Amino acid sequence: MSVAMAASRAGVYNDKVVRQFSIMAVVWGVVGMLVGVIIAAQLTWPELNLGIEWLSYGRLRPLHTNAVIFAFGGCALFATSYYVVQRTCHTRVISDKLAAFTFWGWQLVIVLAAITLPLGYTQGKEYAELEWPIDLLIAVVWVAYAVVFFGTVGIRKVRHIYVANWFFGAFILAVAMLHIVNSAALPVSMTKSYSAYAGVQDAMVQWWYGHNAVGFFLTAGFLGMMYYFIPKQAERPVYSYRLSIVHFWALIFTYMWAGPHHLHYTALPDWVQSIGMVFSLILLAPSWGGMINGIMTLSGAWHKLRDDPILRFLIVSLSFYGMSTFEGPMMSIKTVNALSHYTDWTVGHVHSGALGWVGLVSMGSLYFLIPRLFGQKKMYSVPAIELHFWTATIGIVLYIAAMWIAGVMQGLMWRAINPDGSLTYTFVESVKATFPFYVIRLLGGLLYLGGMCVMAWNVYMTARQGMRQGAIPEVRIPNAAPAHA
Amino acid sequence: MEILYLLIPLSVVLVLAIIGLFWWALHAGQFDNIEREGERILHGD
Repeated sequence: MSVAMAASRAGVYNDKVVRQFSIMAVVWGVVGMLVGVIIAAQLTWPELNLGIEWLSYGRLRPLHTNAVIFAFGGCALFATSYYVVQRTCHTRVISDKLAAFTFWGWQLVIVLAAITLPLGYTQGKEYAELEWPIDLLIAVVWVAYAVVFFGTVGIRKVRHIYVANWFFGAFILAVAMLHIVNSAALPVSMTKSYSAYAGVQDAMVQWWYGHNAVGFFLTAGFLGMMYYFIPKQAERPVYSYRLSIVHFWALIFTYMWAGPHHLHYTALPDWVQSIGMVFSLILLAPSWGGMINGIMTLSGAWHKLRDDPILRFLIVSLSFYGMSTFEGPMMSIKTVNALSHYTDWTVGHVHSGALGWVGLVSMGSLYFLIPRLFGQKKMYSVPAIELHFWTATIGIVLYIAAMWIAGVMQGLMWRAINPDGSLTYTFVESVKATFPFYVIRLLGGLLYLGGMCVMAWNVYMTARQGMRQGAIPEVRIPNAAPAHA
Repeated sequence: MEILYLLIPLSVVLVLAIIGLFWWALHAGQFDNIEREGERILHGD
């Protein structure tokens, strides 16, 4: 590469990798949600398993969870973290090659997941099903990601590290630790391994991982997104920057201990369960700190919500975040959990957080990013953003309401006893009673998927317009005061 | 519950790392003028 090229590259941000991850986030969003709709249909009408093992519910479910969390959510996090870290540090990523490696490496992980999971290769650990060769690839890509992210922070030209980068940084480090510890396994063949842990010990490690995956991958990472894109879209600073720092430290400390709430009334020792319950309740405070901070950023500018559907995505995502971070601690209380565990209430809770918080904040952030990445003033169709917002929101409400009713009903039916002490209902009776709610849930999911398809069309049209116009910008890095120690 | 022999030391190390990181941030001036830092992202790029 010529000296002139290198010098000019140094003065502009690397948005190519951001563009790549942004587009793939939308693609994987459609794929992951489609698989979700398929498995929802299968739960409603089991004939849809079609007697084909690669399409069976048991194999497609982890494909759905991995696709929406790691493919859709993961690509959205990569895209936004690379965009935010460069712009808040006033520097290009420390290594274009490594950043490109993280893109192609991550896509390879996703493709391998899409192949191996339907084939039935699984470690049987929730959100950690992928077998050991793919786990190794994930670890390598993740180390590269950490090097790119922290390296870029290290060469920043702005002394202050903007709060979003703290959240992204915590997410990256925590996920590295969680993945390596939980995925520890003894391989016996290329496609089969055994967990380094066993029994209730394995369960503890698995849910230490599982809940921290929620807390760091699905919460801290996306709070990083929120803390940049809400102020930018609302054109107002974070309501209380001080609060953002306080709740960051409280959040990352408390989340680590909440895992046992997945194991209430199991073989896990009572005192460990109690720790999980107490820390989950404490967690409500720092979580709501984030929600309040984000929503109150609109203080004095609420009228913007009337006309700006992108801002609506971002703010409504925080309402669902607040709901889920209230519901979660409630469900962590042992007495409540005795009713909710193993029911569809848990599924409702997960999807309120996933569709409501993670989905909507990603969509809002991507709608902010895409026009800018393709040199456009706005998305190809703003009415389509509106349409997406309403179909997504109605879809979410149908989904979670159906699951709440189903879940509480299941919990009550399972514990109902006759005067002589025998169970009132057989299990299959509770399954039968759940049927109409599975139909409603499927409808909610279809609406959510439909909204995502509208987004995919809109993104495609925006990108196409940008490419046809040759408008893809090279954004110059502004001069900033040099960093000092 | 032997897994605690791994999880508790790991958590202690983590807490120490978190405290260390916070100490660094405080002394590197990360928390000076924070309200201004919140507004900085709104100025052109």
